[in-house]
Amino acid sequence: MRVAYAATVEDVEPATRLASPSPVLDAESREWLRSLRAEDDSRDEAVARLHALLLRAARFEVARRRPTLPHLRGDDLEDIATQAADDALVNVLRRLDDFRGASRFTTWVYKFALLEAAVKLRKRAWQGREVPLEAEGWGLFSSADLEPDAEVEQNELLAAVQRAIAEILTPHQRRVLVALAVNGVPIDVLAERLNTNRGALYKTLHDARRKLRRHLQELGLALDDWLEER
Amino acid sequence: MTMDRPDLKQALGRLLGPADPEVDCDSCFDHLDRYVELEVAGEDADAAVPGLRAHLDGCPACREEHESLRALVGGEQAL
Repeated sequence: MRVAYAATVEDVEPATRLASPSPVLDAESREWLRSLRAEDDSRDEAVARLHALLLRAARFEVARRRPTLPHLRGDDLEDIATQAADDALVNVLRRLDDFRGASRFTTWVYKFALLEAAVKLRKRAWQGREVPLEAEGWGLFSSADLEPDAEVEQNELLAAVQRAIAEILTPHQRRVLVALAVNGVPIDVLAERLNTNRGALYKTLHDARRKLRRHLQELGLALDDWLEER
Repeated sequence: MTMDRPDLKQALGRLLGPADPEVDCDSCFDHLDRYVELEVAGEDADAAVPGLRAHLDGCPACREEHESLRALVGGEQAL
């Protein structure tokens, strides 16, 4: 039985880690793999079918995000969907051996096209825009209509949070945390501007968040009272 | 009184991220297809892939891609 553990940003308790299921490919997935690995003309036909599937998923993503991109024309959006499908095709074929049957083959390939389309659309939405690395959104942390006691409590919390961000984080952690979690810059956009990748940036964000959370708890602030109930 | 502050809660939540252990972005992508199929089938996806839900809570980009895959696969199954 093949055992695969999820890589974690931090340790997950071993008892809660579960292996992926032993792969038993369904007939359709098996046929996809066979035809994409064929050494005759049938492979070209399978690749064309795969591209059509990826284009369908990319168009689905473009359609979902279209309301947030009113400045883009239909031709632009179709170009983005096609580029996303092209790039996803390359990635799927390169990673074909990674498919182990934990899902249907079609579900596995869809995620490549959705990712490519989403990343391209985020970057397009921020094209030509300055990426704010300094705090612009502290206004989100304040609100009118507070009772005096709550206002004092909130002001203390906000002062502690801002002081902690300024004092305990490294400059890089501060820049990444503020851009992503305060100013709402998409992670792919920031990764491109800082010449890094999503995984590395999220690790930095995660470390900054942990440091901040620990520090605020050590100060005795009742974070649970302020955070969203899950 | 503090419980009536959804905007502040959301802003702090974005800042401090999930409290629970979470997988990273690469692992999220690797397991997303299985997680979504389990969700759509009504099975316990969170038990099968520990740490993925917490990551979706903390990473807006992965969350958007999860929502899209779920909508796409769920829509197909509904046909």
